[in-house]
Amino acid sequence: MATTLEFRDAAYAINGRSLVENVSFKVESGEAIVLLGRSGSGKTTTLKLINRLLEPTSGEVLVEDKTTRDWDPIRLRRRIGYVIQEIGLFPHFTVAGNVGVVPALESWPAERISARVNEMLTLVGLDPGRFASRFPRELSGGQRQRVGVARALAADPSILLLDEPFGALDPVTRSEIQREFRKLQSGLKKTMVFVTHDIREAFILGDRIGLMQDGRLVALVPASEFGKLDHPEAKAFVESYA
Amino acid sequence: MKVLDFMWTHRVEVLQLTLEHLQIVFISILIAAGIGLPLGILMTRRRSISRPVLAFANLVQTIPSLALFGFLIPLPLIGGVGVRTAIVALVLYSLLPIIRNTFTGISGVDPAIKEAGRGMGMTDSQLLWKVEIPLASSVIFAGIRVATVIGVGVATIAAAVGGGGLGMFIFRGVSMVDSRVILAGAIPAAALALIADFGLGAVEKRFSKLLFVLCLAVFAASCSHPNRIVVGSKNFSEQVILGELLAQQIERSTNLEVQRKLNLGGTLVCHQALAAGQIDTYVEYTGTGLTAILKEPASKDSAAVYDKVRAAYKSRYGLEWTEPLGFNNTFAIIIRKSDAQQFNLKTISDAAPQTARWTAGFGYEFIEREDGYPGLAKTYALRFPMPPRVMDLALTYKAVADRQVDLIAGNSTDGLIDALGLIVLQDDKRYFPPYDAAPIVRDSVVMSHPEVRTALKELGGKISEEQMRKMNYAVDGEHRDVKEVVKEFLNGK
Repeated sequence: MATTLEFRDAAYAINGRSLVENVSFKVESGEAIVLLGRSGSGKTTTLKLINRLLEPTSGEVLVEDKTTRDWDPIRLRRRIGYVIQEIGLFPHFTVAGNVGVVPALESWPAERISARVNEMLTLVGLDPGRFASRFPRELSGGQRQRVGVARALAADPSILLLDEPFGALDPVTRSEIQREFRKLQSGLKKTMVFVTHDIREAFILGDRIGLMQDGRLVALVPASEFGKLDHPEAKAFVESYA
Repeated sequence: MKVLDFMWTHRVEVLQLTLEHLQIVFISILIAAGIGLPLGILMTRRRSISRPVLAFANLVQTIPSLALFGFLIPLPLIGGVGVRTAIVALVLYSLLPIIRNTFTGISGVDPAIKEAGRGMGMTDSQLLWKVEIPLASSVIFAGIRVATVIGVGVATIAAAVGGGGLGMFIFRGVSMVDSRVILAGAIPAAALALIADFGLGAVEKRFSKLLFVLCLAVFAASCSHPNRIVVGSKNFSEQVILGELLAQQIERSTNLEVQRKLNLGGTLVCHQALAAGQIDTYVEYTGTGLTAILKEPASKDSAAVYDKVRAAYKSRYGLEWTEPLGFNNTFAIIIRKSDAQQFNLKTISDAAPQTARWTAGFGYEFIEREDGYPGLAKTYALRFPMPPRVMDLALTYKAVADRQVDLIAGNSTDGLIDALGLIVLQDDKRYFPPYDAAPIVRDSVVMSHPEVRTALKELGGKISEEQMRKMNYAVDGEHRDVKEVVKEFLNGK
């Protein structure tokens, strides 16, 4: 399968402080990677290097075989779906407006946008008739997160980046939405990089799990092999699971 | 209720000044928003400029408005006397709330929302227009509301520099010591501020277009007119009366439209306004022109002074002194009419022997000035047994009328002289310099509208000191309307 995403010895430092160092890995097309690590381990920074919200201070990040520096950042970001923990729904847009925002930026015709919005809302389990015209403040936390996912998928990006998207949800809603998302992902076959500090989530969603510690990627193994790792940080995570 | 009566009888003027007021505020807010909004947005993009810009806007806000107008008057292009200066000052005051609210409003947008927008591939301008401005709009709008309310208040001061508006009533009222007139300006101004605050809040979304159209209409309705003569005056009652007199005379005898910019300020303000073409005519006094404008020593000969200022104004400023109106507003030695009749006193020389039995009362200035009491006593050999009582000028009239003193020095056209049964002694030795009143008009106006010159000429020698005193008293003492008083006077001619 083709490589969609590649880190080549990428590093990011700001004000002399290194946040990410010597990160190298490849993600095949359609593969789901979970970056697991504690707070401050560099997961989010790594994610932002992919859609060029940050540029590597050394090394390079390639998306579809082209380094992010050569990508027009706007074009790049519109091909990559992005979901963050705080969701960041636009409070002055309706649900439909939020989901249709990238298609609208891409100047799709109105009928195509509204058809796509309905399709996406149905996909994430929200009835378009009931939810399309609501505002974000009229939704529950789980519903908002579903809208966030629908928004990220709306322009049919080949890559999906998710930064602890379900972190703020209550445990019941979280495990429900995690299972649904897993189902969704296996149907859509997007290339996905998912950041979390929750090893359960990593096991549910990841084809491979990458462990990050102090800005370095210390392991990247198939999910089934993660439990056998000898690294102390991996052991610490596995213990927390047990 | 007297205030309401006054406002009702002056409803045309109240309405006109209110519209002027609105116009000044509206234009200023428009300009301030045009500067402040982009600047506030720029500050969110270039953080380094935010501190100096906010510091400057804060500094401007701390300058008392009257002082700010004072600074602006001598400046070219943005200064001078008139609406423009008022607008510049108002713009400066409006900047702070607009800039600050734009900056904090946009900076305050949830960073997660901004990151989501950027992560989805919004360009900076898309992020600004689709996300940041809509989300900050209520804060930004609040800044414009605050600026408008401040503007309505500050605009009342604009009258001090000839900006017009409701401040005209307030300043006129202060100089007439008539609270009705003050309130006729203050009440509509306060109402405007409240309406601006509540109104702008209510119309924020729904009626903003309507409001815009309304403001444009106000603006268009009050636009300027080419064939028009602008009459100015200084900021005391006699000057306002004389300004009104010129205005009505020109209206009666020509087809020109007359705009009144009365109550402008002091001598220098009026002179600068005239020289700069912001007004076309006002009444000046020969002695004042000689000493205050031409900076020459005072002189005793009335005709010589007039010839001198006439020639110098013509060559230096391109301004023409027209025929003197007939009265001399100079220092006047005043006694009770009963004393004058009893001892048959007409001149200061007649009265000099009586001073041995009299007490004098003078204002502070008159006692101190070399050309005041010391010179007077020498010239007429006055011999008061006791040193003159020193008191506030305004109180001397009361004091002489109540027989606490017997002789005072006042102004020859003061309305109180007749009202309190007093009389002016003739300055037979011509001790006091002449202050003959005469309209000054710009040469270019004389050229383009010779009928104005003719109209002013008709006023030559028409106003005696007694008549001027009567009009002053009608306005100051009887609180009558300036327009009516002047109309009666002209009808009586």
